[in-house]
Amino acid sequence: MVKEEQEESSNRPDNTAFTQQRLPAWQPILSASIVIPMFLLIGAAFIGVGVALFITSRDIQLQELDYTGDDSEHPCFKCRTNTEKCTCSMTFSIPTLFKGPVFFYYGLTNYFQNQRKYGASKDDNQLYGDLDYFTNPSTDCDPYTRDSKNMPIVPCGALANSMFNDSFSLSHTVNGVQKIVPLDGKGIAWWTDYNIKYRNPTLNSVFFSGTKKPTNWPKPIYELDTTDVYNNGFINQDFLVWMRRAALPDFRKLYRRITHDDYADGLPAGNYTLTIAYNYPVHSFNGKKKVVLSNVSWMGGKNDFLGIAYIVVGSMCVVMSVVMLIVYARFKFAEDV
Amino acid sequence: MTWRSPLALVRDALQGQRARERELRSLVSNLPYEGLEKGKQPNRFFLSNAIKTTKYSLLLFLPMNLYEQFHRLANLYFVGLAILNFIPVVNAFQPEVALIPICVIMLLTALKDGWEDFRRYQSDRKVNNTPCFVYSRREKQYVERRWKDVRVGDFVQVVSNEIVPADLLLLYSSDPNGVCHIETANLDGETNLKQRIVVSGLWNLGFEPESFNSTVVCERPNSNLNHFKCFVEKPDKDKVGASIESLLLRGCTVRNTNHAVGFVVYAGHETKAMLNNNGSRYKRSKLEQKLNVDVFFCLILLFAMCLIGAFGHYLWLESLPGVPSFLVPDSNGHLDVPSLESFYMFFTMIILLQILIPISLYVSIELVKVGQIFFITNDIDLYDEETDSRVQCRALNITEDLGQIEYVFSDKTGTLTENKMVFRRCSVMGTEYPHKENGHQPARRTTAWQKAQKQGGSECTQRCGLQQSTGMKTTHQKLLQQISRAESSGGRRDGNRSFDPHLDFFLALAICNTVVVSAENAHRQRVSLLQLTRNPLETFSSLVKKAGAFFQSNKRNRTLSEDPVIDSAKTEDEADANRLRTCSLHAPSQNGSTIVEAEELCYEAESPDEAALVYAARAYGFILLARTPDSVTVRLPSGEDLVFEVLDTLTFDSNRKRMSVLVRHPVTKDYVLYTKGADYSIMELLGTPYAENFSGTEKNIAADTQYHLDCYAKEGLRTLCITKKVVSESTCQSWLGERKRAQAAMECREELITQTAVQLETNLTLLGATGIEDRLQEKVPDTIVALREAGIHVWVLTGDKPETAVNIGYACRLLEEEDLKLLFFFQVTCTAILDCTLEEVRRYRDDPRNAGTTQNISLVIDGDTLDMAKSPDLQERFVELTKHCRSVLCCRVTPLQKSAVVKLVREKLKVMTLAVGDGANDVNMIQAADVGIGISGQEGMQAVMASDFAISRFKHLKKLVLVHGHWCYTRLANMIIYFFYKNVAYVNLLFWYQFFCGFTATTMIDYWLMIFFNLFFTSTPPIMFGIFDKDVSVEVLQGVPELYRTGQGKGEYNFLTFWISILDAFYQSLVCFFIPYLAYQDSDVDLFTFGTPLNTAALFTILLHLGIEIKSWTLVHWIIMLGSVALYFIVTLAYTATCVTCNPPSNPYWILQNQMADPMFYLIVTLCTVVALLPRYTFHVLKNSVAPSPLLQGRQLDRMDPSTRDQWIKEWRGFRGGAPAKRYELSDPPSPTLETPVDFFPEFLPDSNFMGDDLSLNVITESRQRAVHT
Repeated sequence: MVKEEQEESSNRPDNTAFTQQRLPAWQPILSASIVIPMFLLIGAAFIGVGVALFITSRDIQLQELDYTGDDSEHPCFKCRTNTEKCTCSMTFSIPTLFKGPVFFYYGLTNYFQNQRKYGASKDDNQLYGDLDYFTNPSTDCDPYTRDSKNMPIVPCGALANSMFNDSFSLSHTVNGVQKIVPLDGKGIAWWTDYNIKYRNPTLNSVFFSGTKKPTNWPKPIYELDTTDVYNNGFINQDFLVWMRRAALPDFRKLYRRITHDDYADGLPAGNYTLTIAYNYPVHSFNGKKKVVLSNVSWMGGKNDFLGIAYIVVGSMCVVMSVVMLIVYARFKFAEDV
Repeated sequence: MTWRSPLALVRDALQGQRARERELRSLVSNLPYEGLEKGKQPNRFFLSNAIKTTKYSLLLFLPMNLYEQFHRLANLYFVGLAILNFIPVVNAFQPEVALIPICVIMLLTALKDGWEDFRRYQSDRKVNNTPCFVYSRREKQYVERRWKDVRVGDFVQVVSNEIVPADLLLLYSSDPNGVCHIETANLDGETNLKQRIVVSGLWNLGFEPESFNSTVVCERPNSNLNHFKCFVEKPDKDKVGASIESLLLRGCTVRNTNHAVGFVVYAGHETKAMLNNNGSRYKRSKLEQKLNVDVFFCLILLFAMCLIGAFGHYLWLESLPGVPSFLVPDSNGHLDVPSLESFYMFFTMIILLQILIPISLYVSIELVKVGQIFFITNDIDLYDEETDSRVQCRALNITEDLGQIEYVFSDKTGTLTENKMVFRRCSVMGTEYPHKENGHQPARRTTAWQKAQKQGGSECTQRCGLQQSTGMKTTHQKLLQQISRAESSGGRRDGNRSFDPHLDFFLALAICNTVVVSAENAHRQRVSLLQLTRNPLETFSSLVKKAGAFFQSNKRNRTLSEDPVIDSAKTEDEADANRLRTCSLHAPSQNGSTIVEAEELCYEAESPDEAALVYAARAYGFILLARTPDSVTVRLPSGEDLVFEVLDTLTFDSNRKRMSVLVRHPVTKDYVLYTKGADYSIMELLGTPYAENFSGTEKNIAADTQYHLDCYAKEGLRTLCITKKVVSESTCQSWLGERKRAQAAMECREELITQTAVQLETNLTLLGATGIEDRLQEKVPDTIVALREAGIHVWVLTGDKPETAVNIGYACRLLEEEDLKLLFFFQVTCTAILDCTLEEVRRYRDDPRNAGTTQNISLVIDGDTLDMAKSPDLQERFVELTKHCRSVLCCRVTPLQKSAVVKLVREKLKVMTLAVGDGANDVNMIQAADVGIGISGQEGMQAVMASDFAISRFKHLKKLVLVHGHWCYTRLANMIIYFFYKNVAYVNLLFWYQFFCGFTATTMIDYWLMIFFNLFFTSTPPIMFGIFDKDVSVEVLQGVPELYRTGQGKGEYNFLTFWISILDAFYQSLVCFFIPYLAYQDSDVDLFTFGTPLNTAALFTILLHLGIEIKSWTLVHWIIMLGSVALYFIVTLAYTATCVTCNPPSNPYWILQNQMADPMFYLIVTLCTVVALLPRYTFHVLKNSVAPSPLLQGRQLDRMDPSTRDQWIKEWRGFRGGAPAKRYELSDPPSPTLETPVDFFPEFLPDSNFMGDDLSLNVITESRQRAVHT
């Protein structure tokens, strides 16, 4: 009709909900009446989660052993300044069954693995097994690229060079006899690191010829674990664990798991001896070294914070809803108009 | 091409430069030189007609665009940082990666620029290749060429409906009178025909381009469309002057003229059209200025954070007892001393924390404005059916300024009023005659109308129909009788020198103007056809015309009431316009038989007043039949056609305020000067009495007329005085000689012409005066009241007389009866008076009785007084006084004063000003204000050209300012605040981490993800927020204009809101960092696994923060918000699944996948998000509950259903004492019937002393008046 005829005129804007900004819309108004039930709901849920988390965290057993040896009474004190190979041992007792599987961590404090230049000092392509980077490592690794004879270093960089090299063994005193607790070094690194990110060139020593070991290392990369070809070279699990940089200066890294034999269900109560091959210097950064035994839950290691935080926030929500209720009663809101 | 020495080239270039710079140019015809090489062409130095409006060329696009972009400080900053990243000692990321954001931003901008430029290139090419006809000597005829081949000195032939390719000096026209009609719609939007005249005295015989051997001397090109100075020097040194009257401008369309030939004087970029084409304007909005300050604050913040970083790094290095293995020396194995390291670290920190300065903010703001402009221009409420025009946004970046307006300066004529003039009353020889529209209708017809009204149900239908049925103005019978008497007596005394003044009066109306008479012929068919198709009413009325009045009108009314077209928009305005256009349908019926061919005539005038006068004259039987430069043909009521020889036309100018026509009467052979003009410019020029036989009354005529004029003014009519002067032949001839000399002068031509005009316009004899009504546009009072309620001071600046202005002021509710009014008219203002008034105003305001009411103080001031008030020693006080006034009415102000007032208020009060106007006289004001709005009305497009926004009706201002202004401002303000918040919140995550990594600028988030975070994951939601968010609906914003006040002054984007959001950002980043930190403490978490929940929590926090701020969620909001989250997970998952060795050192392979398999991840992210947003959420809730802001109340209104809401608004309105808008009295003029003519004056008497009567502040005024008199 005539109306349509008019709309044909070229300049007339389209009369649609979109162009006229009349799209149907949800217009929530934040006010107490809507918020009170919401706050209550959130509060209840949070408290529930918090309690669950707290209980789980409480159930986790934790055994920390500081073996830095700063104290002259400490058995490892002698090793602290010793540059030679040095071993020391510490004894500790576990009062009740330490439920398995038990995770064996080593820990460092004040160690800034998250330093920017330190973290960048590696060559991913080299670690991926790319032979071009064996002879010619990336400059990212400077100054740990080549040794004084200008031979390329594999694996290059500060990160690999500073690899943690203390080693531990744990023995259980059963009836006065030291019984070695078997430590499982498999599967402690990320599956993707082990299978995808890090690769060995097929034949170890051949391809590593013409390269040098990192200056701080006692042995070359292809001799890290001569007993197991699947735990040697770049895919050595200890190496992989070290190469995954810790986020914070006080960290722990997984060393072994206790999953075998009699200890599959956990460490029984009793006395244990930890023997440490003490190599790694920590006095240059005022650090501490420790060993941590812990079992884990679905939420990981022991951490009370999250549970408490949930409970606190949940309670706050409940309190807020009460406050809101008072406010609501006090100011008959404009919604009634 | 022949080789020429570089020296010759340089010499040529210099010569060309000089030739173009010269004050006067001498141009000769190209024809004798046709076919010669370029070096021999006389006009080779002048630009060719090819135009190039593109900014870039294909080869130079990249460097030029980069150069343009680097003019932005922000871009330089980011490029500088990217370059800094290439310096090894300070770099924070891989240098190449750091370039990505700035490259993406600049690439986007370059693409946008390139696309725009390509569009310009295309249109240039199209224009340059348009064909046209140029004379060729070789072919002895006009041959087809392209526009770009036209050169200065060519002869170009243009035919009807063709567009003129260059500025042509008109030498020949097919019209026997040497006239060429053009339409300048392309240039200034004026669609009326304009006459151009062939340069006279050049051709004795026929026109022949080849024989053109004169030199054309013209001035240097300038952009003034209304001035052109030139003379043609013939070989015999005789000079013929030519002005704009003989210039066909490039871009104009030739109409009603078969063909015309012109000589090219300016081509290409030197044409007036191109010189006027400046493209869209760039203004910096207040918000953007504020934004730059805050960017500066951010810079300070950034520096502080970087200093902390550098200092922290120093302390950390100092605290290390030895050189641990994690400290990496440089490639030589050398470690720098801590102080130097921390110095480097400062710069590294800048690179790391650079996005604290929001890189994409500027691009986002531009995008948001594009969106806002899209919605403004697409608003159907701002669309005008009648002119088929939308609102135009000419300045693209000040949309948000519309939301902060505190002062509106408005023109009156054409802005508040229709500028469609209706002849209402006239006074001839001291006798007053009303002339009414819709005068009398037979009683039976009225009943038919009432029936129709019942059917249709709306008053509008009735009015609409009324207009249509009567159509023409019904003349005053007494006046008609008077005329016919005079006519017959004049006929008897044919040849007698005395001519009845009534006849003279109407002759003057018909002759003394510059109206173009055009026939409704094929050339202009376009318009009338359009009108017909668009308005079915027209077809009906023509039917009516054919078939006879009563029966048809009855039938039509039935049709009308059933017709859906008749909505409220189609009121009388449209009918009015149509009547003016297709005037043939409404020819006066009284003379129906005598003017068969006159029905075909249409009058097109530059000013609507003139058209109204000519139509009025026609209604009384004086029909202007034709107008040529030399003659005017008028048909008298007796049917006799008189051809007056026009000797000269003294055109209107704003200094003289009058125009005159010097004609020779065909019968009496008298030289007669008819002058019409503003009363005050005419009254002082009145000379000897009109004729001896009126000697007894002659003195009274002037006095009576003056009295009538005053009455007209009080009724709000526009007044004009009509005078006549008989000039003796000798005087006339000598004057004409002088005039000719003045017109050929090159130096101070305007002054000389004005002088000659003033010389002749003396000793005038008063014939009478006219009163023309200019109706208020629809909804003007409503709009002004709404603006006032929105806290905007409204000033009306008009050139009218105070009485007219005050009356209009009441009518449009600028002034209210109960207002306290201050009137300043005495041309003497001093400190004491102003002080006294100020004191009074303050007392009035502080008076407890007035405590509850809003300040209703209005000020009326006239131009001369205003000049004094603006003097440096008084302006402070004056501005202080006006600050207290809700509305100010300035009368009799000149265009320059208008802009001066705007500047004064804007600079002294530091407020946001808006100026709205429609005519050339408002251009200064529009440019002086922060926001200039042009109304594309009757007076051409000059105001629109100068404006930032162009609307078609004044009422659109309400929605434009109150709704779109408010929306644009709140949207943009909130978006900018959010943008700052977003960047600070995100960057601070990195900053807090520095405390745990020895301030070594480590990132725990992959750098690519950080870039994506800003560029993709969180960039669209704020843009969407800036374009779509709607805090309060249209209905509520228009119903409760008070809501507009939230944006005024500092508005929502101020110091406080900015810093609150920055503090909130700090808090949220603390939460998002430390909750994961504490949760992962003492665990074997690795760097990027730790960063993932941080990044995710930040994403949710930042998006949900926006979610709290969003006021209305439409489908678009949901899609974009959920889409952003989805995009984050999809991109991150894809990236972490594919990137095995890429992007060292992070190579985030499989990290998010690992995290997403861990319940801790979800728990941490949830906790972070909730804790981070809880304070803001609670704050909003408590504020909304305890102290709801006006905007929130508005939103609550929105939630009611429409009928309750309207009811509520109405009640609220009534409660606050806002009376419903009064109807504008002048639109319903008193309509005494023919049988009982009511005297015109008594109804004015009560008002006549309104100056004293309306004053509540009598004491002051009186004392001041006394002060003036003594």
